[in-house]
Amino acid sequence: MAKVDYDKLDLSTPVQAIGIRSQFGSNVIHDNLDLELRAGEILGVVGGSGSGKSVLLNTLLGLKLPEAGMVKIFGRNRQNLSRHDLRAFETRVGVLFQGGALFSSLNVRENIMVPLRKHTDLPVPLMRELAEMKLNMVGLPSNAATLFPADLSGGMQKRAGLARALALDPQMLFLDEPTAGLDPIGADEFDDLILELRDALDLTVFMVTHDLDTLFKTCDRVAVLVDKHIAITDSLDKVIKYDHPWVAEYFGGPRSRAAGLKNIPQSGKTTEEGKANGR
Amino acid sequence: MSASVQNSHAAYRLEIDQGQLIVNANGRWNLDTIKSIDKALKADLKALGYGQVKTSGEDYGVDDDEFGGVIFDFENLTRIDTAGAFSLARTIGCHDGLCRMWRVRNANAGQKSLLTAAAEAQADMTRTLPKPWYDTFTRLGEGFLNSIAETYKTIAFFGQFVVIILKMLLQPQRIRWKSVVSHIERVGLDALPIVVLLSFFIGCVIAFMGADLLQAFGAKVFVVDLVGVAVLREFAVLITAILMAGRSNSAFTAEIGSMKMRQEIDAMTVIGLNSGETLVAPRAFACLVSAPILTFFAMVAGLLGGLVVAWSQGISPILFTARITEVVSINNLWVGMVKAPVFGLVIAIIGCRQGLAVGGSVESLGTRTTTSVVQAIFTIILLDAMFAMLFLEMGV
Repeated sequence: MAKVDYDKLDLSTPVQAIGIRSQFGSNVIHDNLDLELRAGEILGVVGGSGSGKSVLLNTLLGLKLPEAGMVKIFGRNRQNLSRHDLRAFETRVGVLFQGGALFSSLNVRENIMVPLRKHTDLPVPLMRELAEMKLNMVGLPSNAATLFPADLSGGMQKRAGLARALALDPQMLFLDEPTAGLDPIGADEFDDLILELRDALDLTVFMVTHDLDTLFKTCDRVAVLVDKHIAITDSLDKVIKYDHPWVAEYFGGPRSRAAGLKNIPQSGKTTEEGKANGR
Repeated sequence: MSASVQNSHAAYRLEIDQGQLIVNANGRWNLDTIKSIDKALKADLKALGYGQVKTSGEDYGVDDDEFGGVIFDFENLTRIDTAGAFSLARTIGCHDGLCRMWRVRNANAGQKSLLTAAAEAQADMTRTLPKPWYDTFTRLGEGFLNSIAETYKTIAFFGQFVVIILKMLLQPQRIRWKSVVSHIERVGLDALPIVVLLSFFIGCVIAFMGADLLQAFGAKVFVVDLVGVAVLREFAVLITAILMAGRSNSAFTAEIGSMKMRQEIDAMTVIGLNSGETLVAPRAFACLVSAPILTFFAMVAGLLGGLVVAWSQGISPILFTARITEVVSINNLWVGMVKAPVFGLVIAIIGCRQGLAVGGSVESLGTRTTTSVVQAIFTIILLDAMFAMLFLEMGV
């Protein structure tokens, strides 16, 4: 395992995006996008379909290089990081992709063991036990350990994916639509799980989500990705009052009201105004 | 009771005080350090005679001989992660879901909940049973039964397909011509260069080997007979069929298999489209048409290859063509040609059937594609042998 001196890292802002510009051909996805992830928070990113939320996630993870701007990791420019530092970063980050992205040729336990095998030199029996503990933590029964991803339901796949993301006890967790495709009960449990894990493991969570319930329940701050940049990043009650037609429509819709927005004062009024502005 | 102390690793200090195990954890307990800690801790627990909770009788975990509960002291702990917590939780000696009582001192809320999770995980830990000794035989038996079932299913699929073909012949408007033509292009036209090239080389090789061998008997001119019969009867059609199995059959399996995985087949069924009609039949028609055409070109190319090499060995093209028309009867060509559509059909049927048998995983797609090609080539060779016997009996 790449040795990291935890105390020397600038842990207050694990990831920071500055002036990001992403484009595919002539199609500009992000323009001058700034975003900051603070240690210990759960940051939710919302935005319409096709607004580039997943592209943003990929950019932060280094899967896609931005056309301009830079991603800072622990206060340092990602592109200037040495291979060793990048590897150290890898071990500090867990990612749950939208479909779980479990390796279909490995069973669940082996899936969770993949990061452990790559980054640690633990004996295999201990790795197995640790993998089973992770399974237990994400609420999967122990007999799921030997099942293959194809045999799991969607919700179980997400949980298994989360267990794999947590395999190395990362400080940061990136979640791409964690509750998409789960039934309301499952989604609710997943929200609880993320809150629990955040408290237990002291995680920083970056979450792309469409699920308003998740947003209300778990996120400390919400970033709105609209018009190719992050319009506002703040606590939910401030974001709701933000004057932008898309924001007003997003948080003013019936789904949003059902998710608990009615408890927040002034939201109704803002919504009306926002809608008026929108037209 | 005297307090005994055990600490063979700097990261902890085990103390036994009045039947209680006190675990003073200090330093880092994380993935970087856990390897040595875990090993030492296991050994120390054993040295203390401190085992798992007994599950016999009414024991409820608390009194395992002389040991009562466990107290964790986190005063000097700097860092702990799940791996560390897990290792630490070994000390509560869980067995079959029963654990000792434990509590923790000087810990923050996060550490407490982490330890709780670890203890729960220890309690839920089940031992994985090793494979029984007869596992090999079980799998051997399963494999045998599978191969029988596989043969049966392929034949059944063929039967279903025949019914579909008959229906389509009765109602020709159900045939999807566009699809058929596009598949003919992919299966036939696109394969033409490689089939012709390979067949040409095979023709060359036969002529070369034959000339070399027959020269010893002073019967070099018989190389023409050899090339003619070998290429027309066997090689042209076999090369074509094997190439089709490698090219088209695997493509069919992969295409249909990935459609199956993405539930496209289910969607078609729900809409009322018959997968046999829409997917299998066009491919089968395409193979049926393409195989004889490809075979014919393969024959021409093979003979040409033989001619070129024979020429280099002193048999002029005029002599070659004259002798071919004279000695090699036209029946040889028909024997080759008659096999082609059969092989084509076999390839299409096996490819489609394996594609439809793909399950949900990527792995099954790979397995099915392999099976498909192997089955197709096996069946082709088997059928070829049967044809050979048949024609021998018929005296053709």
